Amino acid sequence: MSNPIFITYFVIIPLFAAFFISLAGKYIKRLYVDAISSVFCFLLLVFSLYGVNVLHKLGGVLVYKIGGWVPPFGICMVLDGLSSFMLVTVNLVAFFICVYSVSYMEKYTDKPKFFTLFFLMLAGMNGLVVTGDLFNLFVFLEIASIASYALVAFGTEAEELEASFKYAIMGTVASSFIFIGIAFLYGFTSTLNMADMARVLTTKTNTLLLPFTAVLFLMGFGLKAALVPFHAWLPDAHPSAPASISAMLSGVLIKTLGVYAMIRIFFNILGITNIYLSAMMFLGGLSLITAVILALSQWDLKRLLAYHSISQIGYIFLGIGLGTPLGILGGLLHLFNHSVFKSLLFLNSGAIDYAINTRDLKEMSGLKEKMPVTANTNLIASMSIAGIPPFNGFFSKFIIILACIQKGFMGYALVAVIGSLLTLSSFMKVQKYAFLGELKEKYKNIKEVPMAMKVSMVGLALICIFGGFMLLPSLKFFLNSAVNVLLEGRGYAQVVLEAAAK
Amino acid sequence: MTLYFLCLVLFCIGLYGVLRKRNIVKIIIGIGIIEYSMNLFFVLLGYKLHGRAPIDAQNQDILNMVDPIPQALVLTSIVIGLGITALLISIAIRIYDKYGTFDITKIKRLKG
Repeated sequence: MSNPIFITYFVIIPLFAAFFISLAGKYIKRLYVDAISSVFCFLLLVFSLYGVNVLHKLGGVLVYKIGGWVPPFGICMVLDGLSSFMLVTVNLVAFFICVYSVSYMEKYTDKPKFFTLFFLMLAGMNGLVVTGDLFNLFVFLEIASIASYALVAFGTEAEELEASFKYAIMGTVASSFIFIGIAFLYGFTSTLNMADMARVLTTKTNTLLLPFTAVLFLMGFGLKAALVPFHAWLPDAHPSAPASISAMLSGVLIKTLGVYAMIRIFFNILGITNIYLSAMMFLGGLSLITAVILALSQWDLKRLLAYHSISQIGYIFLGIGLGTPLGILGGLLHLFNHSVFKSLLFLNSGAIDYAINTRDLKEMSGLKEKMPVTANTNLIASMSIAGIPPFNGFFSKFIIILACIQKGFMGYALVAVIGSLLTLSSFMKVQKYAFLGELKEKYKNIKEVPMAMKVSMVGLALICIFGGFMLLPSLKFFLNSAVNVLLEGRGYAQVVLEAAAK
Repeated sequence: MTLYFLCLVLFCIGLYGVLRKRNIVKIIIGIGIIEYSMNLFFVLLGYKLHGRAPIDAQNQDILNMVDPIPQALVLTSIVIGLGITALLISIAIRIYDKYGTFDITKIKRLKG
């Protein structure tokens, strides 16, 4: 029943899909390429939900030992609460985006190559989430990053190439910092297995090296997550990509590569202390207020959304940096919610681009009349991101603010409230200019987008509406198991090594 | 100790190239230098003075061998570096097609 071999499928399926599509894509019809990609994405989603189910019944962690080598030798793959939470987030969003791309990517010439890169990125992200080996984490991080550099430049227009070059240079420098951090940790502990590394670190008395490696990781993963001092690449790179890839980058890539990897290393390996927590909170608060102010003055729809991504990442770090169970719960819930509504917003912007071929807010007007599905799903997503009560964004922001007050950080709570108000005002601007008002004469003949795009937008909008139900007692185990992994800190080592020895 | 310090110097030279140079090709070379320096650093971590390769042969006592894991990891890292360099250079060629220049101060159509 709980044979852990299914953990490897999260890497095998997308890798197989990537190379199969790139080889066979030339010879089979486009329709089959679309069908195969959607089926593989759906399979991944099913397996990630199955993983949640297995973990709920088992109540522990699942460890798959590649080649039968017992840790600390060899590489192992670990499925615990946090990993399965991230897998569901990644694969849910990826499935909807894959369905959306079926229609959207028609205007680009080479669809099989697009799906190849898409699945390579997915393989990198899934692998990063399930791996239990620090160097393997770095390799998967690079796979996902290189695929995303190529995808940003997919249109090969002048702006896209420029953005991609900037992103690739900054991403590579960030990866070097992460690599040096891993080298220091390896030299200090003589092991690469994450659980074993945590075990060795608890026995060391002289830990002067740890803050230094923590700074290297903060720089590296902070750049991947686009926290404010390291955010310069994101507002260029995310809008330049095709809309479905912007949704993927903003929705899940910055969270798996940045947030997940950082909190996994900080909480479970280095062992969290108050200094790291306050650094995370400070950077989170800074990003959330700076980026939202920068977003106010944007007229390019996708660039505006990209600045909001930075700001919402700030909320996630603020919540997790509090270090209390309530704060971490809020942070992780916001991570899930943000990946859903930010992907939806980017898909909406792609739909507008598809219909009227512009991203400038001043050019649009009165689109609600002609594009009702896009307008209504966009309204739902805007209210979610601004934190209006019945939608999912409200619950996570409310929990984060509550957790701030509970721990006595009134200043951060105030910053979070102000950030939320500014978010609301900037999305009212989007609603006013894009969807309300008079329909312009030249847009009399536009049509609503094709069926596949509508289906995925409506699906994501439904998750936005019902996302708050994750806090119900019968479904809360899903979030709680993820929070517990972070709270147990270096106890992670014992849990994983015991499960591996079985 | 001197060797580690020289690694740091090499890293800083690469970082200087990335941050200060205006030519795209020179920036890519800077990235390459950063990668070499970090690979060198990782190999040095596993090196012992007068150490020998960790190969198990008959009738030999293996006493003073170097750590083989960093060497394996650095091989992976070199391959990753090759992939990144290839991608960067192909982007640079396309940029030259579009803009007609390698100077990054002239390649700035993105604003904000």
